[in-house]
Amino acid sequence: MADHIILQVTRYRPERESEPTTQEYEIPLHEEWAVLDGLNHVKDQLDGTLSYRWSCRMGICGSCGMTVNGEPRLTCATFLTDYRPGPIRIEPLRNFPVIRDLVVEIGDFMRKLPEVKPWLIRDEDAAALEGELLQTPAEMDDYKRYSMCINCMLCYSACPIVGLEEGFLGPAVIALAQRYNLDSRDKGADERLDVLSTAEGVWGCTFVGECTTACPKGVDPAGAIQQYKLTAATESLKSFLLPWRSA
Amino acid sequence: MAGEAASAHDVLVIGGGGAGLRAAIAVAEADAGLSVAVISKVYPMRSHTVSAEGGAAGVIRPGDSLEEHAHDTVSGGDWLCDQAAVEAFVAEAPRELLRLEHWGCPWSRESDGHVAVRPFGGMKQLRTWFAADKTGFHMLHTLFPTSLKYERIARYDEWFVTKLLVDDGRVSGVVAIELMSGRIEMITAKAVILCTGGCGRVYPFTTNANIKTGDGMALAYRAGAPLKDMEFVQYHPTGLPFTGILITEAARAEGGWLLNKDGYRYLQDYDLGRPEPTPVLRSMELGPRDRLSQAFVKEVEKGRTIDGPHGPVVHLDLRHLGEELITAKIPFVRELCLEYEGIDPVRQLVPVRPVVHYMMGGVHTDIHGATPLAGLYAAGETACVSINGANRLGSNSLPECLVFGARAGRAAAEYAAPVASAEPPTPVRAQVADERRRLDGLLHRDGGREPISAIRTEMQRAVEEGAGIYRSADSLAKAADKLRELRERYAAAQIEDHSRTFNTELIAALELSCMLDVAETIMLCAQLREESRGAHQRIDFPARDDERFLANSLIYRSAGGAPRVEYLPVTITRWPPAERVYGR
Repeated sequence: MADHIILQVTRYRPERESEPTTQEYEIPLHEEWAVLDGLNHVKDQLDGTLSYRWSCRMGICGSCGMTVNGEPRLTCATFLTDYRPGPIRIEPLRNFPVIRDLVVEIGDFMRKLPEVKPWLIRDEDAAALEGELLQTPAEMDDYKRYSMCINCMLCYSACPIVGLEEGFLGPAVIALAQRYNLDSRDKGADERLDVLSTAEGVWGCTFVGECTTACPKGVDPAGAIQQYKLTAATESLKSFLLPWRSA
Repeated sequence: MAGEAASAHDVLVIGGGGAGLRAAIAVAEADAGLSVAVISKVYPMRSHTVSAEGGAAGVIRPGDSLEEHAHDTVSGGDWLCDQAAVEAFVAEAPRELLRLEHWGCPWSRESDGHVAVRPFGGMKQLRTWFAADKTGFHMLHTLFPTSLKYERIARYDEWFVTKLLVDDGRVSGVVAIELMSGRIEMITAKAVILCTGGCGRVYPFTTNANIKTGDGMALAYRAGAPLKDMEFVQYHPTGLPFTGILITEAARAEGGWLLNKDGYRYLQDYDLGRPEPTPVLRSMELGPRDRLSQAFVKEVEKGRTIDGPHGPVVHLDLRHLGEELITAKIPFVRELCLEYEGIDPVRQLVPVRPVVHYMMGGVHTDIHGATPLAGLYAAGETACVSINGANRLGSNSLPECLVFGARAGRAAAEYAAPVASAEPPTPVRAQVADERRRLDGLLHRDGGREPISAIRTEMQRAVEEGAGIYRSADSLAKAADKLRELRERYAAAQIEDHSRTFNTELIAALELSCMLDVAETIMLCAQLREESRGAHQRIDFPARDDERFLANSLIYRSAGGAPRVEYLPVTITRWPPAERVYGR
């Protein structure tokens, strides 16, 4: 007979209740079960009304972020046995409006993302496809870690500024901008400067570093932001000393 | 954008993965005057393309040729591929991969800055481009932000399409549910492109994400378009037990070995070549997936596998590759093994077993992605052109998404451009009203007899037992009977959740009905194909039969709902059917 563990899950059904409540479920504690497996057990065996997002269950699609015992986690890559004997508290990600139960609204991120033009910007005609744009492994290393972002929103959940400043672009968006700024094939850093070097951009960050701690993919958004602050300061100094450059 | 966009478009793409985003960009580039939208049940970056690991094939090296890529593909597919489609595919794949490079895809590089390529199963040359072992992830996260550049690509994120609307033999739009609000809307479109991926979730043990429930296949089938070659289901030879998480073929391409319980490289016993210390192309561990998965079953029968807590396994041995190579070339493999098995492949053997991975079959299309239903197009895994025949080669599916996504996008744009905009006529409005009633009825159903999950679990077990790696008339007939029973039980299934807000139980119920339809087509096509070819192995008909079955199965849903199967002779251009030869 397997052990059991209690999940304390936040419920919120806007059509029925004005405030979130907590519901407890007792589930089997299997060695290989992730927290997500526990939730799936609840959904399939105990309570079909519980809503949450999940898809790949291998830590790459970014769907299943939730707050587990107070920490933002991918529930498919967080294991029940690490929380023995329980109970385990499962809440929606913080700093987002809650749609229902464990499902949060990420429209704000989706609207901010295009503002930093997170795509490769080049002068050339789009039709010109003569050959590869050469890039050495060392050049790739300059931006590689920032390209690993899965948009899981854990860093937004962890960031104290995101919760306070509505306009703040947030850790992932800035890291993704920096991913393109640092790509040797990209020529768009100037176009991103006006959005990034603002109070809503990098200057909004007070370098708490929670985003980097929360990131399940080692992206280090805090490092990206600090690095960009230096770039932005240098650019601003240049435009002061060499005003014709900014014409 | 999402939700606020006009509910009338020229071209509507269902699905926001590799094929869908490539198709949407192709529409936007083909005709600046067209309105194009992507509708998906998940945000685009959650699409299952994200899970693809090993790579994307496209001829780039001197010494390689389009002919060789085509021949590898056709022989890998056991001669069921449409050879005209394969020739177009191999010719366009390199340019599509290059285009992705110009859009920023971080392809792994040689030290001189050129794109690197790796070997892959069934491929005679090094032609598989890769971004470490997160190729699909990087492709998707290149395509998605690039699609944001095109402001005219509208999006309906987290909308579930429940029905294709057909007016006088032409597709005229869809009915869809917005998950967040539960509202049911008609979205009209002159052309619809299905890019919804596969249906691995009809099986109990699969690499496929939870969202891979065959929705697009069922939508097309119910609208009258035929599905093709549904009996051909790919088992990938190396999945992690319990989770079914994929360990990429790249692990073997980089030199990994498959060992049985005696530490013996058993593939040498299955006409796949002799064991050499380093990888040999089209040999042993770099044989095609169908043959490797079949060899596993034979090893189980001989009692030479290892008994694990979740059934028999063999071992993938990567230890001799060393930490440096593993970290550089297949870091995700190590990450997944550590996370989900508590095993470090640098020092330990990895337990693996075959796992359902890919559907060779899908919505029947021509070389332009067009289905026989006017205005309906399909691309990617949900479609069957067919470039994959009876067995897909690893690293052909990602470029397939690009090549045929782009082709379908261009064809749909060309089709939609001259069609005049019109208000939906009365019969279409009636279809919408019927669909609304059906969905509301499901949502408010009281007193159902059993949960969705119970029926789903039994369906998955039946499909595996009936149409696994080896099938027989008996196993298929039993499974078909079981599916009939489950369809009846589904009609009385229970819906506990009556809320309109993000009702995932309702969506699961709709997905299950798609899977039941798709499972029925798999079973019937497999019953009628009395031969063994590629991934379809009949123990009662062990030989390939080109006399009767050098033909693609086309399955139609007749007006009463019963399926009907026809055969379409395979298009042969340059490679007449021959023996598949590996390792010799």
